Amino acid sequence: MAKIKYGYYPGCSLESTAKEYDLSMHVTAKLLDVELAELHDWNCCGASSGHCTNYELSLALPARNLAIAEKAGLNVAVACAACYLRFKQTNHDLKKNDTLRQKVESLIEMPYKGNVEVKHLLEVFAKEVGLEEIKKRVKKPLKGLKLAAYYGCYLVRPPDVTQFDDPEQPMLMDNLLAALGAEPVEYTHKVECCGGSLLLGRVDIVQKLVDDICQAALDAGAQAIVTACPLCMANLDTRQSKTKVPVIHFSELTGLALGAEPKQYNVWLKKHINSPAPILKAKGLI
Amino acid sequence: MTVQLVTEKGKEKCDPAFTKEVMERSHSHLERCYQCIACSSGCPGAYQMDYPPHQLLRMVQLGLKDRVLDSNTFWICLSCETCATRCPNDIEIVLVMDALREIALKEGRKGTTKLPLFHATFLYMVKMFGKVYELGLILVYTIFSGNILKLKGLMRDAVLGVKMFMRGKLAILPPRVKGKAQIKRIFQLSSKTG
Ligand code: SF4
Ligand code: SF4
Repeated sequence: MAKIKYGYYPGCSLESTAKEYDLSMHVTAKLLDVELAELHDWNCCGASSGHCTNYELSLALPARNLAIAEKAGLNVAVACAACYLRFKQTNHDLKKNDTLRQKVESLIEMPYKGNVEVKHLLEVFAKEVGLEEIKKRVKKPLKGLKLAAYYGCYLVRPPDVTQFDDPEQPMLMDNLLAALGAEPVEYTHKVECCGGSLLLGRVDIVQKLVDDICQAALDAGAQAIVTACPLCMANLDTRQSKTKVPVIHFSELTGLALGAEPKQYNVWLKKHINSPAPILKAKGLI
Repeated sequence: MTVQLVTEKGKEKCDPAFTKEVMERSHSHLERCYQCIACSSGCPGAYQMDYPPHQLLRMVQLGLKDRVLDSNTFWICLSCETCATRCPNDIEIVLVMDALREIALKEGRKGTTKLPLFHATFLYMVKMFGKVYELGLILVYTIFSGNILKLKGLMRDAVLGVKMFMRGKLAILPPRVKGKAQIKRIFQLSSKTG
């Protein structure tokens, strides 16, 4: 297999509140022979606040990063689902409208021809490395672990922009978890919203949405929820008011199953508010 | 000729220019909406909105500008895209919400929520640092939103903040981007036209 190499865009959260996501992503990518070259001097994608209030800004901020990748001749692998959609949306809108593309080039003072492909790291691992290859490399199968794969909004919606998987019943993460030896559960809230952008603005709404998701996962027999987004993680891990379900990134579990060292995973696992360590210990995985 | 509509709120003025502006900004075909309510049925924010999305769309169609722009609906909207994904008529409801926020801000209508302040604080951090300075965002927003005076929430978040800090999840210093000046220019140029 030819070596897979991407321009890596961690996004702002991975430098602070979601440090464990970044650390586990690097270890896991290495275990899968995926090279992640961090984009030089990347900036924030503008997230919800960008597109909520200023359309041009919401294109220009991601476009600067895409232009940096284009110059380096790399496609981009994104860790955060919200950044992922902003990047995909920018490519989508600029492809449709060349005048707009030129306008954005003038805003960022860099050329951007629109030739950079954008993937989420879940796609890079599960689709590009591939589930068969991952199965072969599993050293510590996640046996007996019942997991609720949580996709939230921006991986799957809008489907014509992200083209990730089925928007109502995605399976990519479920299939990855199954390949790692775990048991993904069927439940009702896979693609329900966690409250994302209302994180600080309306904690009451976030709390209700998070409680509903966690309860649904528990009702389906899940022992933990798995995410592919630092914002979903922040909301789910810190805003549960009725439950205490551990929430864990797909990269942490993949790394664990592929044989990450204790000195590596101990650092990630300590960073969670609701620690996943007890359930992983009970299953003999750490 | 001004068209008026008699509603439960008395006589309301219909403003076709408003309908047109929303449709142009959002590039969406609002006229296609036939009130099937698929959007509102799956909307996670509807229970807190003054009007659920399908009602808001009808009001935009009718040009009930004040009622629409003074509602909290588009501020509460989480941009989760559930509605637009399920709409049988491919109406870009999320882009309609974006357009309403832009128009409301342009006209200086801040509405009843603190969400304009949140978005402004968030973008201010990006403009200043090139990335989100999370600790700065939390502190500035908590102070300016007045949430600092709400003891119960403040205690809950302070406990959480300490837990996160202890786990090394809150960077103290702001992030650094070398192209900071360029990013500031992006903000200046795009706010002129936005
Ligand atoms: S789903 Fe579409 S057609 Fe149905 S009410 Fe909502 S906007 Fe109108
Ligand atoms: S995008 Fe907004 S209006 Fe549409 S379903 Fe989500 S919260 Fe409701």
